Amino acid sequence: MKFSIQINEGPYQHQASDSAYQFAKAAIAAGHEIFRVFFYHDGVNNASRFTVPPQDDRNVVNQWAELDIKNADGEPELVVCVAAALRRGMLDESEASKNGVEGNNIHPAFRISGLGQLIEAGIQSDRLVVFGD
Amino acid sequence: MATKKFMYLNRKASYGTVYAIESLEVVLIAAAFEQDVSLAFIDDGVYQIVEGQNTDGIGMKNFSKTFHALGDYDINKLYVSAESLEERGLTADDLMPLVYEDEDDDWEEKPSVKVVSNAELSKIMSDQDVCLSF
Repeated sequence: MKFSIQINEGPYQHQASDSAYQFAKAAIAAGHEIFRVFFYHDGVNNASRFTVPPQDDRNVVNQWAELDIKNADGEPELVVCVAAALRRGMLDESEASKNGVEGNNIHPAFRISGLGQLIEAGIQSDRLVVFGD
Repeated sequence: MATKKFMYLNRKASYGTVYAIESLEVVLIAAAFEQDVSLAFIDDGVYQIVEGQNTDGIGMKNFSKTFHALGDYDINKLYVSAESLEERGLTADDLMPLVYEDEDDDWEEKPSVKVVSNAELSKIMSDQDVCLSF
């Protein structure tokens, strides 16, 4: 089955991203496809490459990165909503330069894109599973 | 592109958290995809479409007027939980008079908001292909 996942909450504050990760890992192990993971609301914070948890804790961002969810063109299918990201200070190199901001914090396993990607995921997938509050 | 039934489930009030406004942003984008879109308002979500919202005192953007634009995007199925209204001392008269123009009926203006019981809403939800919960 083809799944997409929407994550509405940030890491550590909330279990949504952890649960979604466990779900994605289990789905892949069972031979299913993850078409796209879409990060929305505070969920965009799951894409920060500056996340440094204590050594004895899981690294939520790297866990996602290690799942290595990509499309046929090799682009990441861990997608961060641009509007939600920008208003929360989450920028990749291109958005940083567009907005005159120094530095950028989106992990390279993720990419920034628009809300249309969420709708498309809903259309293209057999199931869209939402993790949030 | 395939047409699916999308429902946007709004469960939270407009200004305490960001969910309401960011849900509306998704709905407006979704309109461009020509899907069958409906919205549901349950729990504190019913406050999102209460008439006469005023954010002057809290320094936040009053986005409630945006709901009036939904009709122009062919989004005209807004279901409101009767139980959620009643639990909050609200009635259908407290809600914004949201309307759309029915192109199949000589563009007659018709109400978009429909108050339904939770049992009815549950039936409508089970009929959806995609249900996004905010």
